[in-house]
Amino acid sequence: MSGAGTEGERAARVEAKYEKLKKEAAAGGYFLNPDEPFAKDLAESLLVNEERYGYAACPCRLSGGKRELDLDIICPCDYRDADVEEHGACYCALYVSGEVARSEREVEPVPERRPDALIEAAAKGELPVAESQPIERAPSQRAAFGGSSAIPVWRCKVCGYLCARDNPPGVCPICKVTKDRFERF
Amino acid sequence: MGATKVDGNDKGKVRIFTLSTCIWCKKTKEFLAQNNVAYEYIDMDMLDADEKDAALVELKKWNEKCSMPTVVVNDSVCIVGFKEQEIREALSL
Repeated sequence: MSGAGTEGERAARVEAKYEKLKKEAAAGGYFLNPDEPFAKDLAESLLVNEERYGYAACPCRLSGGKRELDLDIICPCDYRDADVEEHGACYCALYVSGEVARSEREVEPVPERRPDALIEAAAKGELPVAESQPIERAPSQRAAFGGSSAIPVWRCKVCGYLCARDNPPGVCPICKVTKDRFERF
Repeated sequence: MGATKVDGNDKGKVRIFTLSTCIWCKKTKEFLAQNNVAYEYIDMDMLDADEKDAALVELKKWNEKCSMPTVVVNDSVCIVGFKEQEIREALSL
């Protein structure tokens, strides 16, 4: 079993996971928590959940134990970007804003953004019946077309990258310029 | 039920709902241990289905969102999240 192995092997796997997360974050214009032991602890928890559930369920939320119940909280979760934008950190504080990464801002507890219906479903271990219990999704999860609740589309004025989300990303994932270089498309 | 007791000084009944993988839950446990507070924790992700259902019923009474950590002191004060100052006040630390 992958959970077995010596302490040294375990430490090496955590290190490798952390390095991978850090590299991927940097490549996409994101930042890991600058507190390295903290971030590595979360990397280890993600490995635990990958072994336990078969996917990297959020370590700081109660998993429903089934992928379809946890789709929105597989790390990186659907709520990361909005929480990093508003609170300077995702729910676990694995991902942080540039300000936090540069130690210009402290991380504070992040309130739960996940809709109640999804929390309830995970707790029960059952998907809600679509018709009788419509789930109020976060704006970023709504369809990106038509209607008054359509998600805005943002354009990077430097490289032309387009994204449909509530706010432009902190850093353009393609050319790495900051969010103030985006315009509403 | 799957509560684990941790020895320390009696500061009243301190019961915390946690996840074994959650770093803020770990920080809460460490904080209580550092302050030598006796408490009991329930790692929600380590329970079997029946235990989890029962624990969720109890947790929900305190915290509708069922988020962890939730610290309940003397069945009267509930602190959601690792809020060190609020925990200090509730336990007179």
